[in-house]
Amino acid sequence: MAQTHEPAIVKSETSEGNDARIRRFLRERFGEAIRHEEVFRGDLQFTVDPEKIYDICEALMEAGGLDVRFLADITCVDWHGHSEAVHGRFEVVYNLCSLAHRSRFFLKVRLPETNPHVRSLVDLWHGANWMEREVWDLFGVTFDGHPDLTRLLTPDDFEGHPLRKDYPLVYEQPKFSWNENDPPEVIR
Amino acid sequence: MAEARTVTINMGPQHPSTHGVLRVILELDGETVVKARPVVGYLHTGIEKTMESKLYYKALPCTDRMDYLAPMSNNLGYSLAVEKLLGIEVPEKVKWARVILAELTRINSHLVWLGTHALDLGAMSMLLYAFRERELILDVYEACGGQRMMTSYIRIGGLAHDLPKDFDRKVRDIIATLTARLEDYEGLLTRNEIFINRTKGVAVISAEDALNWSLSGPMLRGSGVARDLRKDEPYSGYENFDFQIALGHNGDAYDRYLLRMEEIRQSLRICRQGIDGLPEGPYRAHVPGVVLPPKEDVLYKMESMIFHFKIITEGFAAPLGSVYQAIESPKGELGFYVVGDGTTMPRRIRVRPPSLINLASLPRLVEGRLFSDVICAIGSIDIVLGEVDR
Repeated sequence: MAQTHEPAIVKSETSEGNDARIRRFLRERFGEAIRHEEVFRGDLQFTVDPEKIYDICEALMEAGGLDVRFLADITCVDWHGHSEAVHGRFEVVYNLCSLAHRSRFFLKVRLPETNPHVRSLVDLWHGANWMEREVWDLFGVTFDGHPDLTRLLTPDDFEGHPLRKDYPLVYEQPKFSWNENDPPEVIR
Repeated sequence: MAEARTVTINMGPQHPSTHGVLRVILELDGETVVKARPVVGYLHTGIEKTMESKLYYKALPCTDRMDYLAPMSNNLGYSLAVEKLLGIEVPEKVKWARVILAELTRINSHLVWLGTHALDLGAMSMLLYAFRERELILDVYEACGGQRMMTSYIRIGGLAHDLPKDFDRKVRDIIATLTARLEDYEGLLTRNEIFINRTKGVAVISAEDALNWSLSGPMLRGSGVARDLRKDEPYSGYENFDFQIALGHNGDAYDRYLLRMEEIRQSLRICRQGIDGLPEGPYRAHVPGVVLPPKEDVLYKMESMIFHFKIITEGFAAPLGSVYQAIESPKGELGFYVVGDGTTMPRRIRVRPPSLINLASLPRLVEGRLFSDVICAIGSIDIVLGEVDR
């Protein structure tokens, strides 16, 4: 039978303490890689060096006391045409959870307009696979080392990356594809 | 013919058991699945892009078109995210009403899941019973917002209208009816040998794997991980309610069935507490220029009418910054990542779709298993393709 469960930890006590722990951990281990740090409306956010994102996530995972085992989401923001774009047009956002302490924080990396790429996290989390495919599909950010970086939501022969701000809002690509990338047995 | 041991077949996208337009390319060795590759995107309509091209207020009706079986959860998640971005606090009555509606939505979504999942496995009568009870919940939606599915009832800063006069009676009716009928459902399925054989030990995922695959909701709790955002990151006043998290042991489809049945019970418990303690008060926050004034005032007060006009035509500017608000939707962690850039339209609205991220684990669930288990696995993940593809 399904059991019911009453959690013993109260959020308000542990979460803030854990935020401070995560901040201390990142400052000590990756002080030079942190470019910006802020708490906006209670959300703890770090902007870090894109070269270091894999190492930071790996270290967070392995640090026993922090318990950062859950990657909730990967997404991207396009700052095209905004003053924020001077820091880099694309902002990839990693949404991480510390389970036992019930706290959540965000790691962000800024990538340039030309050839935006960052190392894939699939080796750490299987869940990153589809999230990164979606970001590649909709924003055109390449994830180095991803085992299967193909389009997720749009067709295989789609041109462009529709969630970029310079992709027109009401532009359709009226095309018929024969799913060339499928195995030949499926097409026939 | 020694080399050709496997055969590749295509399942979907119009297969009835895929609950929409999901396509799976399966490589089979006899009846065993060697490789499964889900293909999604047939329903991709660019909802995130559409929302980014609208005023904050007008993006709301897009949300209930994603998970159309749980419209109120989507409304709630988006409203909470924008309220967090703007720093709005809503009245107590709104919080309580939202909790009741969100829990009714959970029951609604679980009932559809129960009916269709059982139908996939051959228990046809279950679908008829589940949809019969779901009508009662849709009646409440209709009384509240005027629509049975795309409700858009929960708005930024409050509710679209005040709660209907017979809300209390209707919700109490649902609680009484469902409490009795849940026994019937369990009588049909819980000890049904066919159902047990089709679900027990099928689509198993361990707690460790479930975390590594970023699963959430019943998929994660079915494996014994006690993660429920209503407890972990309470929103909308869930900390005031007394309820428990249902947990499974084995992480198989049968445990997830038991777990969802228990979740319906807990939701009924929350609804009862909510309806008993529902406070009086306004149904919208009073934030001039951001939250629409009540309709009664718009008709008689000049200032209210001006604010109404300005909010609808030019909207309100949100500060530069990003917030993430996640809620425990019936399917799992439904998150809204909203980025404001100082203008009246959002720079980015990212929906973390629990269905999509749970579906990514399908190959892990079915590879090495029998072909017929694929049907059970898809049903037990509980996906809505509107949310998967957006």
